[in-house]
Amino acid sequence: MEAGISLIIVIGLIIIAYIGTLLGLQVLFGIVIPYVAFLILVLGLIYRVISWAKVPQPFKIPTTCGQQKSLPWVKHSRLEAPFTTWEVVLRMFFEIFLFRSLFRNLRADLEGRRLIYGSAKWLWLGAILFHFSFFIIMLRHIRLFTNPVPGFIVRLDYIDSFFHLGIPPIYITDLLILAGLIFLLLRRLIDPKVNYISYGSDYFPLFLILGIVISGVLMRYAIKVDVYAVKQLTLGLATFTPTIPKAPIGSIFYIHLFLVSVLAAYFPFSKLVHMIGIFFSPTRNMANNNRAVRHVNPWNYPVKHYTYYEYQERFRDKMENAGIPIDEEVEPEKEHEWYSLYVPGKEPPTIKS
Amino acid sequence: MYNADKVIPGIIILILFFTLPIWLNVGRLEAVPEVELPKEEKKCVESKEFMRREHMKLLDDWRIKVLRENQHVYLSGEGKNFKISLQNTCMKCHENKEKFCDKCHNFVVTHPDCWTCHIAPEVAKKWK
Amino acid sequence: MSLPKPDALLKDVELHKTPERHWMDIEPELKRGYFLSIIDPKVLKDLDLPSLGTWQPYDEKWPLPEDWKERIKKEILRRMETYRSFKLFMEICVRCGACADKCHFFLGTGDPKNMPVLRAELIRSVIKGEFSIFGKLFGRFAGARKLTEEVIKEWFYYFYQCTECRRCSVFCPYGIDTAEVTMIMREILLSLGIATDWGIKPVHNCYYIGNHVGVPPQSLKENLEFLIWDFEEIAGIQIDLEKYLNRKGAEILYVPMSGDYFADPGIYTMLGILVLFHYLDLDVTISPFASEGGNFGFFNSFEMAKRLHAKIYEEAKRLKVKWILGGECGHKWRVWHQFHNTWFGPIDFLEVPKSPITGTVFEHAKDNKIVHICEFTADLIAHGKLKLDPSRNDHLIVTFHDSCNTSRAMGFFEEPRFILKHVCNNFVEMPENTIREKTFCCGSGSGLNAGENMEIRMRGGFPRANAVEYVHKEYGVNQIACICAIDRATLSSLMEYWVPEVAVSGVHELVANALVLEGEKSRDVDLRRRPLKHPVKGVD
Repeated sequence: MEAGISLIIVIGLIIIAYIGTLLGLQVLFGIVIPYVAFLILVLGLIYRVISWAKVPQPFKIPTTCGQQKSLPWVKHSRLEAPFTTWEVVLRMFFEIFLFRSLFRNLRADLEGRRLIYGSAKWLWLGAILFHFSFFIIMLRHIRLFTNPVPGFIVRLDYIDSFFHLGIPPIYITDLLILAGLIFLLLRRLIDPKVNYISYGSDYFPLFLILGIVISGVLMRYAIKVDVYAVKQLTLGLATFTPTIPKAPIGSIFYIHLFLVSVLAAYFPFSKLVHMIGIFFSPTRNMANNNRAVRHVNPWNYPVKHYTYYEYQERFRDKMENAGIPIDEEVEPEKEHEWYSLYVPGKEPPTIKS
Repeated sequence: MYNADKVIPGIIILILFFTLPIWLNVGRLEAVPEVELPKEEKKCVESKEFMRREHMKLLDDWRIKVLRENQHVYLSGEGKNFKISLQNTCMKCHENKEKFCDKCHNFVVTHPDCWTCHIAPEVAKKWK
Repeated sequence: MSLPKPDALLKDVELHKTPERHWMDIEPELKRGYFLSIIDPKVLKDLDLPSLGTWQPYDEKWPLPEDWKERIKKEILRRMETYRSFKLFMEICVRCGACADKCHFFLGTGDPKNMPVLRAELIRSVIKGEFSIFGKLFGRFAGARKLTEEVIKEWFYYFYQCTECRRCSVFCPYGIDTAEVTMIMREILLSLGIATDWGIKPVHNCYYIGNHVGVPPQSLKENLEFLIWDFEEIAGIQIDLEKYLNRKGAEILYVPMSGDYFADPGIYTMLGILVLFHYLDLDVTISPFASEGGNFGFFNSFEMAKRLHAKIYEEAKRLKVKWILGGECGHKWRVWHQFHNTWFGPIDFLEVPKSPITGTVFEHAKDNKIVHICEFTADLIAHGKLKLDPSRNDHLIVTFHDSCNTSRAMGFFEEPRFILKHVCNNFVEMPENTIREKTFCCGSGSGLNAGENMEIRMRGGFPRANAVEYVHKEYGVNQIACICAIDRATLSSLMEYWVPEVAVSGVHELVANALVLEGEKSRDVDLRRRPLKHPVKGVD
């Protein structure tokens, strides 16, 4: 049901853009909305970054997935239990660009009284296909925002259409992103566990991106538009001299652009910020060198604790009888400063961030 | 803010990443090119809008008709007949590839396959 | 309470089916055998902790204070402002489901709310519903819901069905750590006064008496004496205990766990360590006040954990030692490795640990000055400082259980294996997907090793037990070694239920078994008087 609602919302968005172009609102859909959405995207992401950066990470809590650095003759797993900053950078690289943790994925099946584990790399593959294709497609679109188009974008475009199938030649990433998206969507719909944990807000971005991809693919291969005019518009946006070109551009382009704008505006305030959030993940971006390099918690506060003096006084007779040495040098501790989250009036001082 | 030494460069990279096209244009931005249209002929085989959108499909159609189906005449939407030939029909009016085709194709970065077999008129002239 | 037979226990587990109703519509049904009982308010008061009076989870109406909602909301916000981990984990989950079947409690119950993603959603949904505009606007469509009394019950039920083992965090593409979420949620529950009997009583004991089980100093000594006498009878060697207890000016402070001088089979590990100390004539001392390396405070709140652990450094200072050696324990090493240094550092009154036997400087522990006993022993073996006869463990076919905390919060894999391979001839690994960073919890960690929740313990421990059962049947494994005191206690009940043929031990029990001691007498039994395959010929 949630999937259905998400789909209807995306269809609604498409209809809005279509009607908008019929009503001649090209300036709104071609210039105003994209600008606003882009601004929301960038400012929104910066806001999210700062909102995370304002909160301290009190403890160094890396999840170690390999051998720690200890004795010199023990082989240290530099990627899975990084000790130095450089090793952390490598670990993050593998995590962010190659989805290292997803690659570990397993599936578990219960057969009678036996648990059986199998490799389950499909999710990794689907995710890689989707994310990498998305990234390359984004880069490719730079050709519409620059003039002259930089050489590396031209080359990227050339490589992506390497197969030279059809006119215009089909992009490999177009096929791969569709495969990735459809896999991710079907997985949510079919796998009972994933289906059970999915909200509308999990389906919506999938359908939205699917809408973007399909409208883009249609525009390239079926419902043709005047690419020259499109680039006049997009280049105008990138150079802050926006104009709606004299030659007409088909509605499909405005639908595509509107869906992209919605995605951009939605991005910073949804789960999609995982793209930035991953950089902040304390279980991945911290070094497993806790015993060698101390981590400082800015809100560390002294706590109340029982002292040896009190303990020894309590058990003095028993200890003497048992022949356990008594420490006669120890003195009662003076009342020390302490705070507690649980004692009203003793709350630890709030930290400034 | 904590970890400012990493967060602030991060924010800068983020902004640079999303505004990449702007920086790629700096100092090298060129005006949108204008194609040189034929001086005599005012009308192409189909309407101007159609040609701008769909010329690549039309040319591909022509190629298939000539090479595979041995058809050499194209009946346009308006009912006029044209000889199917890039070199002799299209390039008769658009007599300079560089000033016509390339202008747009370089601008939007598309790679037509026509000239792997055909020879541009301005090149052919030199050989004559 | 009686448990069904092992073959019948998992009849209701379906890993690939989910309920008809949305999880938000399923009200928590508190099943007996799954939850822990509530602590006596007096104990909470002694520890300056809030309480709700005398009540139990099965009470129809929980005695929540009038302003409970405001207080909970305030506590959540406080965590969002002080723990980046928590804030981030609440905001970036994409519900990809990679974690779903990684939790041992999910594998043992099939309850979808035991999927790590849904466990976190229990609080994530409330944060959306109470604090986010999107959440308030779109409600369930955006995964948001309101805070109700039912939600509190659900939190209590499910955040005490998580053993903070971090297995899900290994598989999560963003490293979302449910242990972190669980710890913070238990902390928030505690701020209302909701705390378990099994979780808090050890804290009280440890705080005032020095260890979880409440062994006073004289009994500590008695227990150790008993072990030593036993050893004298077996091996004919006398260990001088006096020099180890509360002696000032020793080089090393050894911190044991109460489980190791309280009950079988932990006591054999403690004995093993004492034998090692004797063998090396190590200048080491044990503080009766800091006779607990474990930390049940950690299972209730970070603050309580800090209050308990404070005494370890205080004692190191008082006893004027140079560095600290820690016993075989799981969560203690999580606390020591990842938290201790931040709480109490810089530790400038101690010296960088250096093995007095081999001269090895433990550079990786140069700042908090604490070394794991397995690191210490592995270094000894690597330098050939121990005379070992692994055939003395030939009556055992040993496998090794990686404890959650040392594995996934420390990366401690090779050192114990190195030791095991040198002290016994028959060492077998369990299946690849159940060891090392993918190891399964014993099912009873993080303060769940009580009696009243035995069913969930046996279910949660099932994946571990199942792997043991596999190597038992395939290779005849009859001993599982581990480096965690809770494991030694809980794996025993787990094995008894699932694979009764397999016994549990610490690594150092096997070390002591294999150690060739000067002046030992002939014997045909091991430390726990099991017959040896090849009797030892000594100097009788």
